[in-house]
Order: sequence, then structure tokens, then C-alpha cells
Amino acid sequence: MLRRDFLGALGLVPLVSALPNLAFAAAPAADYRNLLVLIELKGGNDGLNTLVPYADPNYYRLRPRLGIRREEVLQLDERVGLHPALQALMPLWQNRELAIVQGVGYAQPNLSHFRSIEIWESASASSEYLADGWLARNFKAHPVPAAFAADGVVIGSQDMGPLGGTGSRAIVLNNTQQFMRQARFADDAAAKSKNAALAHILKVEGDIVQAAAGLAGERSFRTEFPQGPFGNALKTAANVVSGKSGVAVVRVTLNGFDTHNGQPNTQQRLLKELAEGLAAFKSAMQEIARWDSTMIMTYAEFGRRPQENGSLGTDHGTANAHFVLGGKVQGGLYGQAPSLSQLEGGNMLHSVDFRRLYATVIEKWWGLDARGVLNGKFPGLDLLRV
Amino acid sequence: MKGLLCLLFLWAGLAHGSGMGYDDARHLLARSGFAPTASELDLFAQLSRQQAVDRILSATLTEARVAPPAWVLEPLPPRQEVQAMTQEQRRKFVRETLRKGFELRAWWYQEMLQTSSPLTERMTLFWHNHFVSSLEKVKGPQLMYRQNILLRRYALGNFGELLHAVGRDPAMVVYLDSASNRRGQPNENFARELMELFTLGVGHYTEQDVKEAARAFTGWSLDRTTYAFRFYPFLHDGGEKTVLGRSGNLDGDDVLDVLLAQPATAEFVVTKLWREFVSPQPAATEVKRLAGIFRASHYEIKPVLRALLLSDAFYAKENRAALIKSPVELLVGTARQFHIEGLDPRLYALAGRQLGQDIFAPPNVKGWPGGEDRINSTSLLGRKQIMARIFRAQEMPRNQQADAAAENGGAALGASRMAQLNSGVFDVQRFFAELSGNENARRAQAEKLLLALPPSQPFSGGDGGGRIAFVRHLALDPVYQLK
Repeated sequence: MLRRDFLGALGLVPLVSALPNLAFAAAPAADYRNLLVLIELKGGNDGLNTLVPYADPNYYRLRPRLGIRREEVLQLDERVGLHPALQALMPLWQNRELAIVQGVGYAQPNLSHFRSIEIWESASASSEYLADGWLARNFKAHPVPAAFAADGVVIGSQDMGPLGGTGSRAIVLNNTQQFMRQARFADDAAAKSKNAALAHILKVEGDIVQAAAGLAGERSFRTEFPQGPFGNALKTAANVVSGKSGVAVVRVTLNGFDTHNGQPNTQQRLLKELAEGLAAFKSAMQEIARWDSTMIMTYAEFGRRPQENGSLGTDHGTANAHFVLGGKVQGGLYGQAPSLSQLEGGNMLHSVDFRRLYATVIEKWWGLDARGVLNGKFPGLDLLRV
Repeated sequence: MKGLLCLLFLWAGLAHGSGMGYDDARHLLARSGFAPTASELDLFAQLSRQQAVDRILSATLTEARVAPPAWVLEPLPPRQEVQAMTQEQRRKFVRETLRKGFELRAWWYQEMLQTSSPLTERMTLFWHNHFVSSLEKVKGPQLMYRQNILLRRYALGNFGELLHAVGRDPAMVVYLDSASNRRGQPNENFARELMELFTLGVGHYTEQDVKEAARAFTGWSLDRTTYAFRFYPFLHDGGEKTVLGRSGNLDGDDVLDVLLAQPATAEFVVTKLWREFVSPQPAATEVKRLAGIFRASHYEIKPVLRALLLSDAFYAKENRAALIKSPVELLVGTARQFHIEGLDPRLYALAGRQLGQDIFAPPNVKGWPGGEDRINSTSLLGRKQIMARIFRAQEMPRNQQADAAAENGGAALGASRMAQLNSGVFDVQRFFAELSGNENARRAQAEKLLLALPPSQPFSGGDGGGRIAFVRHLALDPVYQLK
């Protein structure tokens, strides 16, 4: 960016863009053919019962009733294993396409759902308030090709999360066919307004018209998606990806992880939906030869307290484990498992700043510079096959 | 001479000074209630701002006029009874519960459609969106009914009393897990949301305050058979606690009083009122002034609302048409403004849910998205489709089958029912009869009545150019989403 500004100041931009290789050097084209699928585990998934440190006696001391029994854990190594409901992810693990990043969080953690998800989605520091989502900022700095149907598509949630912000071309949809049919109500009048609320509505209309033009109708996948809202959402996601013009990002939300109460049944059900949904999504992407250009990443506002509470649940916590999977992902464990003997205010200390996950996407997956977008240097993780 | 001057002043007052006029009246009614009818507007345009606001505030209600479904007084089956049910019994029980949930929503919509005090409904909805509980977790529709009764009793009453009552409200006790908050095993859910969302707002308390407050609320629970609030002394942590600098053997009520004594609480609530009634950008100095009024009146809601609705900012040019209608405002406002009658009220509940505002079931403890977040590609298309359906009528051919099929994505929303939205309940002639003058004059009046700004696209006379086509054009214009 700096270089481009410098060239611009010298009046060299037209010359540079006339020469393909030099233009590339000045502003490397983003490879948005590489798709990012973000999965929001809304409410704050309990990472400690997702990636279970079954060999640590502290775990069973802190979780006398909630701990997953050693013999039930899907062991990944001599130290940790997955919750048994994640069985459907085991083939990906064995295929080394599933990376698990441990101890993800940030300094001075905030335990409010709403503030913490804002921090995550805007990629800010704990005490910093940023208006736009991290993906919106990225697309502003490195625009998605105009021929794409949209920058991003939000499924299963009404809020734009990391795609929220001025200028971002993001649409919300639940069902591709329904969207295509209703799109006739939108008018691309190119009208502008000084009234901010009206300007917003007019922009949404324009985005709808453009997205509808680029999305294909229903494609029939042989893959069967699991029943339920999350399975349907992933099926919609697969449809969107199979459209005739691309999208750079799809975000799908799985709700219900705020397990203050009666956690075992709820988390069991949600993790099963997650694992089976993702396995189906992989299969659908393989059908259209997109698995090697797909990266799936989970995120959530926080993890949960190591010490179980009195109602068979867990309260809000900090550091968490997250999944990254895809055809080009180098499977394995990344980051450090948080210590259960060194807690701060009863919560775990993080070892991997969450913005390193985003740097992994921006730099290693899309081949772009992340420093401007993330307001600092956060080293990406080496979790892609070279 | 003196008498003549007096008469002159009186005349001038009648002609100009005393009535706030059409535009102010429209703004006030649309913002403090639901979209007004032509006759409501004629009446209010002749009042001064002060007269109009006082009239609105003196007409508020504390009870619903529409009779609730009979089952609201039936006791909930005790937990042991539910646990002992066979699978078939339980399925039936769940079906019944869902049905009751829908009747409950329909009841509230009926009240909103018929009420003589739209502000009462708007404030009840405001508190529902502030002290959030949801049928999704609370399950018992009776408990959500009781909570609604509580919220409407205090809707324009006293915030401090409301706060104390909400802490003991059975639906809230279930929703934020107070029932499982016990001595030695605190559950922080209620204490945290109490500080973050009900009183202070984030940044005005510490994690330690949350932990200590949770201990103070231990023992606040429900009777296992009647589901009435009950305090269990043996589950209460009677030890010393410190919350926001105040120490002692605090109980839940003490903590609520500590929170009410913090200036941040009044500012937090006033900021939310500002976003609800004035604009998306609260003005800091005005918020402070209004919060001062709120505290000086010991948290009486009417004085602060009166000051808000009479403030210069409320009428400022830049704040006109600056807010986006909520789905409930869109639906109820449209029905009231057009005298749409005779629709099954459950249809409103279905439509509201489809547009992202399922009353009695907000998405999470922070409530529904507000401001610009109300409009995204899906919600905007949903809004337009529902408007198109209401104003389609006979002269409108279009692909009706495709429309019906479009609903299949939301089969759970009752696709066939939604199609009834255009079952001839909108009487366009009645709507135009309330207006006066020749056809052009009436259409100009209709436009000013329905839209807070000129339409973004002029009516081109499409679809035959008739009255229904004209009204539909306005209702589908983006400006119709503003208030």
C-alpha cells in the first residue's frame, strides 16, 4: 500500500498498471478464489470439553461432574483428545486436514458476550473500539473483484459480524432459492441519500441486485447434509459457493453454546451437529473440486471457566481451542495447551493471540499484507501445506 | 385597544403559534407510538408540542385491554410431573406449549393493534428488549405472560421498582439461571447481565463486582410446584461482599440499590431511550441532562420521557426520518395506518418472526438488533415481500405461485397462512376517504402520511396507476422503512 501511494505520488500508477508484472509487484492480486468459511460457535463454546486434556489431573479436579471420562475421549495424543460427539471429524484428523489451535485468546480478556465478540470480530485490542469488522477492513484495503457476487455471505445470523462496516458488500441469506425469487423486490436505482439510514437501505438494495445476478440457483449435491438449522445453513453455504461468480467469505453461525446450565446434553448435541455438518461440507466441496481451495475456521467470543459451576454448567471464560480445516491445511496441534494450575481469576491464560488466526487467513491463505488491516504485526501460523 | 390586542394575539396563536402543525405531529406520533392515521394527525396537528406530549403521557395504561387466553391462569405442571411423562405425553405437552406460545404472541399483537395508548405498547416492548427473557429458554408461556404483565404495569412507572420486580420475576429467574445460583456454587449469569445490560453498561464494573454480586443473589429462586418467586435462606451466602465499593452482608436487593445509586445507570437507560426515540447518535450533554432528570425524579419514567419528547433534539431537522422501523412497528403501524382488520393475529406473529423480531423470544439477552442492523439483504426482502402481499389485491397479477413457494423456505412459519395476508382485508377506498380534495391532492396527502421523506422513486403510474398500485409503490419504497 505504501509503495502504491509512493508510485501514485510520482504519477507512475498508469505506467505501472500498463505493465502486468510490475503492477503485480505494486499491489499483489488477492487470491480470493481461496474461500474462507468462518463458523461462529455463538455463546462461547467450552474449549476444555472440546479438546480435552484427559491426562491432566487438574482437569478432573476442576470438573468433577462435567469432565469427559478418559475412556470416552477420542484420543489425539497421549495428552489431549476430542469430545466423543466430534467423531465425524476423526477422519479429517487422520487425514491430517484438521488443525487445532490451542490457547487462543487475547490479553485483558473481557467476559461479556457482546463486548468480547466485538473484540473478536473487529480484531481490536481489549480496550480499543473499532467500528468495522476485520474482514470489512481487509476488503477495503484489498478489494474483492467486482465480478464476485459479494464479498461475503452471512448465513444463520442477522448480524454481519466481521463483515460489518462501511463499504463491505455482504449479504445475509437463509435460502438461496428464496433469495433469488425475492430479489425482484430490490431496485438498483443507484440513488444516494444524505440520510444515513436511507443510504444504508439503498446500499443493501444494490448489494442484493448484484448478489442475485451472481448466485446460481440450487445445485444438487450428492452429499447429504445433516437435518437441522446448521446442516441447512451449510447446505446453503455450499450452494452459494457453487454459484457462477465467487464469494470470498461465508460465515455460518451455530447458536447455543452459552452453557451456564446443563452443559453435557447441550454441548453433546451442538458438537455433533458441528462435526457432522463440517464433514458433509467437506464432501460437498470435494464434489465441486473446491476442497483444496477451502479453509474452514471456527471462532467464538470466549472459552469457558475451567471450574464447573453448581448447575452442571460453566461460566464465561477466556482462552479457547479452535479448529482450522481444509484440503490444504496441515493437520495437527498448534499453540500451547493452557495450564490448568496457573489460572488468573479462575481463568486460563492464552498463548496465541486470536489475530494470528486472521493473519494466517490474510497473509498465508490470500497472500496479502495483514499489518494494515490488523493494526500491527501478528505472525500467521504455519498451518498450510506448502 | 387592549382587548383588540388580546384578540389579535389570540388569532395569531390559533393561526400559527399554538398548533405544532402536520410535520411535527407526524414525527411525534410515529416516534412515540405506531404510524398515525390521517384523523389522529389532524387532531394532534392542532395541539402545541407540550399539549400533545402531555396528552400522550396522560393516556398511558398499566393493563392490557385485550383479554388473555384462558390458560394463562392455569398452573404449570410441576417439574416432577413433566419428568415422569411418557414420550407420547411429552410430545403432546411440547406441542401444547408451542401452541400457547403462539396464542400469547397473538394476544400481544392484538393489544398493539387495538390500543388507545401506542406509547404503552412501545415502552412495554422497550422493556421486553431491555429485561430480556425468551420463551425459547423459559418454556412456560404462563411465566412469559406474567412477565409481560409486570413490564406493562411499570412501562411508564418507576424504573427502580421495575428493576427490583424483574429480579424476582419467575421468567427472569429461569432465563438467567438465578434458580441455580447457590451458596458456594455461584452462577454469574444474572449478576453479569444485570450490570452489563440492565443497569451500568460495560466498563462501569469489574469482574470482581460480578462475582460478589452473584453471591448476593444466591438463594433467589422459584417454588418448585407453583413457580412463584421464593427465597431459600439455606442457599444464600450470608458472608461479607463488596460491590462497587460498598461492603457488608449484602443481599440481592442491596446490590440493586447499589446499582441504582450509580450515575452510570441513569445514563445507560437514557442512552437507550435516546436510540429508541430520537436518533442513532446520542448527544452526550443531552444524555447527561436527561439522566439528571431521571435521577432527580427517583427513576420515574414519565418525567424523563416528557423531557426527551419535548427536547429540541427530538424535533431537530437532522433527526427526522433518521430511525429505521422495527419489524413490529412496520407491521402494527401498517395495519393501524391502513385500518387493516380481521386478519388472524397469529399472522403478525409469524411475519414478525420472519422479519427477525419474534416477540417473547428475542435472540439473546441483548435483545434484537437495532438501528441499521435491522436492515440486511434478507430482512429487507422479507419486509418488501410482506408489504407487496398486503397491497397486492386483485388488480395485482404477478407470479402468485412463486410467492407462495417462496415461503417454503420458512415452512415452519406457516407458509399457507402467510399467503392469507392479502385476503382482501385492506380497504383502499376507506383509506382514501379519510383524505380530502381531488385525486391528486389525496395522493399527495397519502404520500405525506405514509412517508417521513419524499419517496426515493416517484410513482410512474405502473400497474394501471390505480390507488392500490400507488399505495403499494409507497409501501415498497425504501423510505417507508424509516420513521
